[in-house]
Amino acid sequence: MIVGKGKSIKDILAMIENHSKIIVAGCRGCVTVCAAGGEKETGILSAALSLAREKDGKPIEIKEVTLERQCDSEYLESIRSFVDEYEAVVSIACGAGVQFMAEKFRKIPLYPGIDTNFIGVTEAQGVWTERCQACGDCKLHITGGICPISRCAKSLFNGPCGGSSKGKCEVNPEIDCGWQLIYDRLKELGKLDQLEIIIPINDWSTSRDGGPRKIIREDLTL
Amino acid sequence: MTSDSRLEKILSQGDFAVTSECGPPRGADPEIIRKKGTLIKDFVDAINVTDNQTSVVRMSSFSSCVILKQMGINPVLQMVTRDRNRIAIQSDILGAAALGINNILCLSGDHQKFGDHAKAKNVYDLDSIHLIQTVKQMRDEGKFLGGDDIKGKPRFFIGAAANPFADPFEFRVVRLAKKVAAGAQFIQTQCIYNLDRFKEWMQLVRDRKLHEKVHILGGVTPMKSLGMANYMKKMVPGMDVPDELIARIKGVPKEKQAEEGIKMCVETIQHLREIEGVHGVHIMAIEWEDMVPHIVQNAGLLPRPKVE
Repeated sequence: MIVGKGKSIKDILAMIENHSKIIVAGCRGCVTVCAAGGEKETGILSAALSLAREKDGKPIEIKEVTLERQCDSEYLESIRSFVDEYEAVVSIACGAGVQFMAEKFRKIPLYPGIDTNFIGVTEAQGVWTERCQACGDCKLHITGGICPISRCAKSLFNGPCGGSSKGKCEVNPEIDCGWQLIYDRLKELGKLDQLEIIIPINDWSTSRDGGPRKIIREDLTL
Repeated sequence: MTSDSRLEKILSQGDFAVTSECGPPRGADPEIIRKKGTLIKDFVDAINVTDNQTSVVRMSSFSSCVILKQMGINPVLQMVTRDRNRIAIQSDILGAAALGINNILCLSGDHQKFGDHAKAKNVYDLDSIHLIQTVKQMRDEGKFLGGDDIKGKPRFFIGAAANPFADPFEFRVVRLAKKVAAGAQFIQTQCIYNLDRFKEWMQLVRDRKLHEKVHILGGVTPMKSLGMANYMKKMVPGMDVPDELIARIKGVPKEKQAEEGIKMCVETIQHLREIEGVHGVHIMAIEWEDMVPHIVQNAGLLPRPKVE
């Protein structure tokens, strides 16, 4: 899923400083699972903003909505009937959701209420960690199912740098060395010989470096 | 001979090589590099210039190498893949070759987190093994990575680093083998303090007969003080400083610790000379370049051999 984290109330208050009637829009997709932008967080954020503005003597009217998904036109349409009655929208969907809403509702300012961080997993209750950087050319079959691009701080393709120590990354002792993980996994699988292969220079054109990406499925387009 | 490198010639004729390094200044004054070069010029065969080591911005390795070259020194251009993509890297390789630089040490570089610009974006378009492949392809095939022909091939003696003390230990020799397969001709290792582990690593190197394919130069860094020894042990990732070494420095009075550090460094070099497959020593006297002549002399490595 896409994992995000709420921005500080102070930052959001600064964004909406000049507005007195706003929508706070959550999303039932990924950000609900990572507890950053679901219905519950929509309620908490709205209450916090209302309280703060009241305290400042500048009360604000907030409409809370939680869309099924903000990355799909049909769900965004659900607010079209009333969106013009408001001065701004604070979206707590991921960056894609915020942008898609801005594209659809061109006359109303859109503010991001969360920071979108990564594509990751729920490692434990309340703990999310990164797994994928969407490079567009998956190599997990070569590296034992562990991605060197997202798990190594330097995205090295051919083994750990000299800073790998006792299974940890030189950048932070709380980060596992991605290449130690790859090594351990291939060892368990009895496939250490795979590490002898030089993974060639990468083609980053499938990654973001090729510009914003697009997938067209002819079998599905109308 | 793949290049006009003095270091390549010395290693090829079977002599035990001595290299050292200069850290460039944090400013535009070329005199600092010249001064360091003058100090060690006649005591070593080649001098590495570090490339923004620990991600702290300094004068470029490239320009510092040119300054050393102008003094008749054989410089080793250190190049990290942290700050440049393949376009900038290939361009710099051509430029360096045009200015007479003929040794390159291919590195991934310290993560920017350690430096004075921790908010920077890193590049890592290539890794260090890719960089070795790049230089080799440009030199031997006369082709850019994109496939076009190069007019005027850059002739380099290609080096890489190895850290026998980082983890996973068993993978360290595999990684060396990959570097050799990619085209590395010489290796400069991380600072050696744990000789037993280094010997163990060298055994694995010999088991794979890598010592017949690549010249290994053992890295040494003299300890200036107990404080430095403790810092290296605790703070520098991938550094292996045994407790005995700490105890030995601790055992001498503070004003004698530097002397003891130099003594230990000389002893390490003497041990390294006895190890089959070690073809030289790389002395990294961090901001202590003036001690290099003394170390080289005491290790019995003078005079330096002549080359044609």
